[in-house]
Amino acid sequence: MKNNIGKFLGRRAVRLLLLLVATMCITFFLMEISPIDPVTAYVGTSTKVSAEQRALIAEKWGLNQPPLLRFWSWFSNMIRGDWGESIIYRRPVMEIIGQKFLASAALMCAAWLLSGLLGFVLGIIAGVREDKLADKLIRGYCHVLISAPTFWIGIVFLIIFSVKLGWLPVALSVTIGVVEESVSLGDRLIHMVLPVMTLCLVSVSNICMHTREKTTAIMNSDYVLFARARGESTGSIIKNHLLRNISLPAITLQFLSFSELFGGAVFVEQIFSYPGLGSATVQAGLRGDVQLLMGITIISMIFVFAGNTIADCLYYLIDPRIREGGAKDV
Amino acid sequence: MCDKKKVFALGPREKALISVVGFTLIVAVVMLIGSRIPDSAIMTDFANINQAPSSSHIFGTDWMGRDMLLRTLKGLSLSIWVGIICSLSSTCVAVIMGIIGPVFGKKVDAVICFLVDLVLSIPHTIVVILVSIACGGGFRGLVVGVAITHWTSLTRVIRAEILQLKEAEYIKTAEMFGKTRAQICVQHMLPHIVPQLIVGTILVFPHAIIHEASITFLGFGLPSHEPAIGIILSESMKYLTSGQWWLATFPGLTLVLISLAVSSVGRNLEKIIDPAAAYKI
Repeated sequence: MKNNIGKFLGRRAVRLLLLLVATMCITFFLMEISPIDPVTAYVGTSTKVSAEQRALIAEKWGLNQPPLLRFWSWFSNMIRGDWGESIIYRRPVMEIIGQKFLASAALMCAAWLLSGLLGFVLGIIAGVREDKLADKLIRGYCHVLISAPTFWIGIVFLIIFSVKLGWLPVALSVTIGVVEESVSLGDRLIHMVLPVMTLCLVSVSNICMHTREKTTAIMNSDYVLFARARGESTGSIIKNHLLRNISLPAITLQFLSFSELFGGAVFVEQIFSYPGLGSATVQAGLRGDVQLLMGITIISMIFVFAGNTIADCLYYLIDPRIREGGAKDV
Repeated sequence: MCDKKKVFALGPREKALISVVGFTLIVAVVMLIGSRIPDSAIMTDFANINQAPSSSHIFGTDWMGRDMLLRTLKGLSLSIWVGIICSLSSTCVAVIMGIIGPVFGKKVDAVICFLVDLVLSIPHTIVVILVSIACGGGFRGLVVGVAITHWTSLTRVIRAEILQLKEAEYIKTAEMFGKTRAQICVQHMLPHIVPQLIVGTILVFPHAIIHEASITFLGFGLPSHEPAIGIILSESMKYLTSGQWWLATFPGLTLVLISLAVSSVGRNLEKIIDPAAAYKI
């Protein structure tokens, strides 16, 4: 048993290494073929910097060396923990990512928890009331949300709650003109309401549809029929039979959704000018900040991988078949 | 079908067929109208700037007096084109990857599975941004980016199907007759996965147009002089706080409706042409 866990974790570690190396190679390759000129991105398009000075910068950064050599020096620096310096923020990439990740993590964490709960409850309601009005409404809601772009939902919320009703602030994570030390927790929270709400509502549909499917399968099973014959009420059937069977798979699925969560956060942060990793990604991309962009890509990959690993571990704990027969290769 | 009652008592297959035809027509009409609108129709008209929706301008007008309905239709037809190209190209990738994996042995298969994992392990938005930067932005970057991120799910479906087919009697017989792998692929395996292919392509389409609009919105996709929906929406962001709600609401809503229509076509078509799903209704 213990041996098995070791094997399982070892396999995950090897996988992480492989994925990391592949991601780094591909990101470097993509940035290499892109038309971004690092020197221009650094000094801007002004003509004040002469051609000789540009050549000197290129020389200092080693841009004249062949790509493979440059890749190797970048790669070894990354491994040693030196992720380079961001051009737009003029600070080490690691520092910026750490700072922005905290802001994003608060947003994503809140949205993740809320959407999980909401989706789970809605899924159970829809499943128990299969083909009734509630089910149709919830299914319709999910279908619409799957077909709607996240950023548009964000814009609509902005129009309704900030512009028309004026209940919530339009953008940013704090009120403008307030010194950072004097920002209260309440102020931060109220600025997070709209982004969290948007991100939460668009992430609901996946978990909701999954839960609904499982619920209908269980509600139509023989053992629920038998429970009804024994005179159990719907409430106690949900408590005794349904929740036990569907909650762990739902939690697992929620851990698998880290990739969509991160993607959604990019748009939500951009709409609400929330200073997190997502809007940093967009800025880095638009202004040719290659170092920061590559750093964010790798961090986002590790983030998604962490979610997948937790999900796999949960599978491992729940499903004895995987435990006995060696790790499932997903 | 003679007496009147029966005409309205449609079976599930007829209902599915009607909705497929109906929604396809709607999408086709939007596309045609949009591509027929000349550039002169959305010229600036400073007499009519910032008009709220009314009977003469159903979607209102923008800060340059352009009619938003015409701009939206033009943007939609562009989006539909991009969506079609993106979904077709990602299907091509999916077919190639899904077939060569199981057919050409374990090593190729392992490589393809790793590629699927790799694509799934980085958030799609970031991949599309990276690819479109690498291609220098614009239409090409967008299509390549969306195609690269959307082939995985269909590849998994096809791969599973082909793995089953490989063990089928008739494939084994064909092997014994001395047919080459390529012949077996094209003549015996490809026809078998056609239903999944068609349905898969259509179901990728809504994702493709949403991604297209989203990436364009962020500023990595189509250039800002194109009348794309993403561009319209990102322009509208500047005017939100001054109360011009119609600039963002209607163009986005039509995009949602189009992608809903197409995904309904996909799901209903699956009921009609996929033998496995057809018996369930």
